[in-house]
Amino acid sequence: MAGASQVLQLTDPLPLDGGGELHGAEIAFETYGTLAGDGSNAILLCHALTGDQYVASTHPVTGKPGWWERMVGPGKPIDTDRYFVVCANVVGSCMGSTGPASEALDGKPYAMRFPVITIRDMVRGLVALLDGLGIEKLHAVVGGSMGGMQALSLAANWPDRAERVLVIASTSRHSAQNIAFHELGRQAVMADPNWHQGDYYAQESQPDSGLAVARMAAHITYLSEEALTGKFGRNLQDRDTKSFGFDADFQVESYLRYQGSGFTRRFDANSYLYITRAMDYFDLAEEHGGKLANAFAGTEARFCLVSFDSDWLYPTAESRHVVHALNAAGAAVSFVELSAPHGHDSFLLDVPALDRVVKGFIE
Amino acid sequence: MSALRPDLAAIASAIEPGTRVLDIGCGDGALLAELRATKSVDARGIEIDGGCVERCVAQGLSVVQGDADSALADYPDKGFDYTVLSQTLQTARRPDLMLDQLLRVGKQAFVSFPNFAHWRTRGALMFGGRMPVTRSIPVSWYETQNIHHVTVKDFRELAREKDARIEHEWFFANEKPVSGAANLRAEFAVFLLSR
Repeated sequence: MAGASQVLQLTDPLPLDGGGELHGAEIAFETYGTLAGDGSNAILLCHALTGDQYVASTHPVTGKPGWWERMVGPGKPIDTDRYFVVCANVVGSCMGSTGPASEALDGKPYAMRFPVITIRDMVRGLVALLDGLGIEKLHAVVGGSMGGMQALSLAANWPDRAERVLVIASTSRHSAQNIAFHELGRQAVMADPNWHQGDYYAQESQPDSGLAVARMAAHITYLSEEALTGKFGRNLQDRDTKSFGFDADFQVESYLRYQGSGFTRRFDANSYLYITRAMDYFDLAEEHGGKLANAFAGTEARFCLVSFDSDWLYPTAESRHVVHALNAAGAAVSFVELSAPHGHDSFLLDVPALDRVVKGFIE
Repeated sequence: MSALRPDLAAIASAIEPGTRVLDIGCGDGALLAELRATKSVDARGIEIDGGCVERCVAQGLSVVQGDADSALADYPDKGFDYTVLSQTLQTARRPDLMLDQLLRVGKQAFVSFPNFAHWRTRGALMFGGRMPVTRSIPVSWYETQNIHHVTVKDFRELAREKDARIEHEWFFANEKPVSGAANLRAEFAVFLLSR
């Protein structure tokens, strides 16, 4: 599935939180803009669960624009005329970085032999990439959703690597509800008869139905009720009356099916298992003696957290929890809850206030 | 830099360069921006209004959206050289507890408020028989955010009860300094406290 990205082959093994290490890992990445001579203008963008490195360039599989093309580019809030933007596919994913679909040393796909990874392991891969690019200190690390977890993890575990940390619609730990939704998705994948205990790569059929269901469930959590109602209501799809069957009578059903099937064309089911697991394991306080403020003790970075009032996946209280810890640690922190109707997905959509906050904080 | 409100100008000029300042209810960040620009102050703010916070963050200021009544509890003891509470005391649920927090989080605390004992206010109540709507208290009783009106005399008394030392005080009427008979003549008061 790999696109046309640049790939960094890691020479050192990547140590993993779960014990052991990943040998010969590759990190696929895209860059935009020009790195300043002193390396001072680099911004690392961290992608969300099903995102990838194509933040501001055309996706090689879908042919669609990058996931944050409205934010990143010449003259945009993250201005690539001024900043050198790096975005990498996380370890465990499937757009060119090493993941369960990659070949292990025996020449066969890792599948479920791929080690369980954590958010911090992903960030280890990103830090190795920064080393490889000769970037000692980032002007900023920026991430939304799972990307925000990576940004927080980088700030906590590699405190000298970023001057600014921007965390959008994210959290320092997964709640029981977050884990529950992810478990639903994983069970859908594993219940698919085509999953074959993860060893489906050589098979004719892949666990697409399970992965589509997982994506449908997740997609519901990304939207607000207001957004769903506004977009679809109870409108019927291409018909005037109910079918009294199980076709997609409602527009919202049809939309979810479309989202689910589109997703299976660009994403690996096992990657979905591994990455959701990494997110569920994420608990930044636990990594630092149970106290979140300890994660940021003595930090010199400036932080900015942004939440959206319609986001029920990572609600404002989660951002506030991080802000409290940063205050307790004496860190320079900004926090704003923006009003937007789109739910969790607001960070990817047209919210002009977010543009202003991102631009103001980065500069 | 646009001219600061007189109470903020008095606070800005009294703050030592290179210090750490927390402005509670910082509004659009005018004081923070001034302190950062002219005194290399590590300036932070708390503001409840999301639109104001957004404008502050867009200027690169470190401002957290939150309610002054509850947000201060997260900050460590003496984490700042100064805390600032400008024209917000009278909107606090418990001004006395707010004062405790200001002096816990800051080594010194600036507090400014409209003086309810100003002669115009007294006159409006005495001769009009209605809740005063004046230059310094411009909003009708039913829509004001002010829930605890306070006078210069009351505030001095509160400071004494709280064992807070009044390091300095400033009084203004019609945007000009007032000296003498402050409780009667001042529209606005600014106090610098320590403990």
